[in-house]
Amino acid sequence: MQWETVIGLEIHAQLATNTKIFSGSSTTFGAEPNTQASLIDLAMPGTLPVLNEEAVRMACMFGLAVDAHIAEHNIFARKNYFYPDLPKGYQTSQMDDPIVGLGHLDIALEDGSIKRVGITRAHLEEDAGKSLHEDFSGMTGIDLNRAGTPLLEIVSEPELSNAKEAVAYAKAIHTLVRYLNICDGNMAEGSFRCDCNVSVRPKGQTTLGTRTEIKNVNSFRFIERSINHEIQRQIELIEDGGKVTQETRLYDPNKDETRSMRSKEEANDYRYFPCPDLLPVHIPRDMLENLRTQLPELPTQKRERFEAAFGLSTYDASVLSASREMADYFEVVEKICQDAKLATNWVMGELSSLLNKENLDISQSPVSAEHLGGMLLRIKDNTISGKIAKMVFEAMAAGEGDADQIIEQRGLKQVTDSGAIEAMLDEVLAANAEQVEQYRVSDENKRGKMFGFFVGQAMRASKGKANPQQVNELLKQKLDQ
Amino acid sequence: MALERCDVEKLAHLARLGLNDAQIGSSTASLNAVLDMINAMQAVNTDGIAPLANPLEASQRLRPDTVTESNHRDDYQALAPAVENGLYLVPKVID
Repeated sequence: MQWETVIGLEIHAQLATNTKIFSGSSTTFGAEPNTQASLIDLAMPGTLPVLNEEAVRMACMFGLAVDAHIAEHNIFARKNYFYPDLPKGYQTSQMDDPIVGLGHLDIALEDGSIKRVGITRAHLEEDAGKSLHEDFSGMTGIDLNRAGTPLLEIVSEPELSNAKEAVAYAKAIHTLVRYLNICDGNMAEGSFRCDCNVSVRPKGQTTLGTRTEIKNVNSFRFIERSINHEIQRQIELIEDGGKVTQETRLYDPNKDETRSMRSKEEANDYRYFPCPDLLPVHIPRDMLENLRTQLPELPTQKRERFEAAFGLSTYDASVLSASREMADYFEVVEKICQDAKLATNWVMGELSSLLNKENLDISQSPVSAEHLGGMLLRIKDNTISGKIAKMVFEAMAAGEGDADQIIEQRGLKQVTDSGAIEAMLDEVLAANAEQVEQYRVSDENKRGKMFGFFVGQAMRASKGKANPQQVNELLKQKLDQ
Repeated sequence: MALERCDVEKLAHLARLGLNDAQIGSSTASLNAVLDMINAMQAVNTDGIAPLANPLEASQRLRPDTVTESNHRDDYQALAPAVENGLYLVPKVID
């Protein structure tokens, strides 16, 4: 049987506020346990929540960026469940009237095509604390520093049809929230995590199959692997005559499998009701219009501009616009060297592999955009060849200065004086007289490889500094004499 | 719709309330009285009336995003039955 997959993602983005959503406690990561848990966060009787205006602003920015409906009023609700890292016995969240309504986001797929993914809603809620299950004499330790940290839960429509698309969508949201400066996107610290809803159905069937939810996946690689594993598990289960149960599952990266967490049936009985402690939140229309003017150039707009202005492919343009820092870096390099293709090749090639190797972010790049742009100028004006440029790049990465200083200090300036090149070529040919004879009596199809030999000898003799094009031309003339 | 004893038992479990047999009986009766009242209210025509989230004609006041709380962990933990290394200790929970 042919199967098709339906995936929807729920992404929790931790909003980059200074304080919690309902209290004035700091949200700084990594503080000593419970030093950032105030009476409100501890749910002491008599305390009341007061909503953080910055969390509201950030949610609205997201809504505007995904072209969503933002209603004049949104309402907080209580989601009731019992767990010790949730001191109130309910999570303050939003149910019927979320702050951000239906919107959409265009994502670039690997084949270069664009897919529009619906965003059902995005709502504000508070995070829970952390349970530590190490041995405290048979007890569980609770750290409530994270309790009350503002989250934006972004829910997609079930419109993603495989794991790769799900990852592309998650990355696009990740890029977007960082462009908007509303979330630091740090997945290792849990600032951006993902629940994946996965179901399968026979190809052509219109009703959805029973779905399972993989909870709290915290890397793009694990999103892809856990979804692929879950698709396989569901298909095998159904083909063996079984039935998928609606449940929450956890992905275990060590075993590369998902396993059941708890029966969703009971846990899902959240008994939502409007929170009487919080009034409806009013979003004034003029505030929205004002925020709209503060939106930065968004990743999709930037990608489209890179394609149109620089003639880049959709893929190259989406890699270069994947983060604001990357895009800014590229634009500085391009502006200096005035050659988008060359800038693209170097930023996506040598620079990216250097950053990967050193495990650095572009903002920590040992080679500044100004230095890279300056070096590319020297390729363009024939001061150095592409090959020598790699040496110069390494030297810049090692902190030896800018391209001009390195070229000067190391004497790497390309030789373009044709007289000098000719004299050097004469020596090379004289030293390889036998090969020259062979070349001259060979037929055309064998000459290519032999010609390469002479080029190699010539470049070696010049220590790579002779202009390769001139070497090629002059060598051809001399051999054909 | 009337609540059965088993519904109340389930709700009590979800809310982690330890009700004894007599309390389950009386809770079932009083919750059903509330439901009866809600049933009576269903008769009111509410066409065109927006659902009410809060009876106050006001909207939520917002707070500037500034840290106003300081660390009082020692004071708060003095009230807790068990603490260790700054953590509140609770009976073991495994998810």
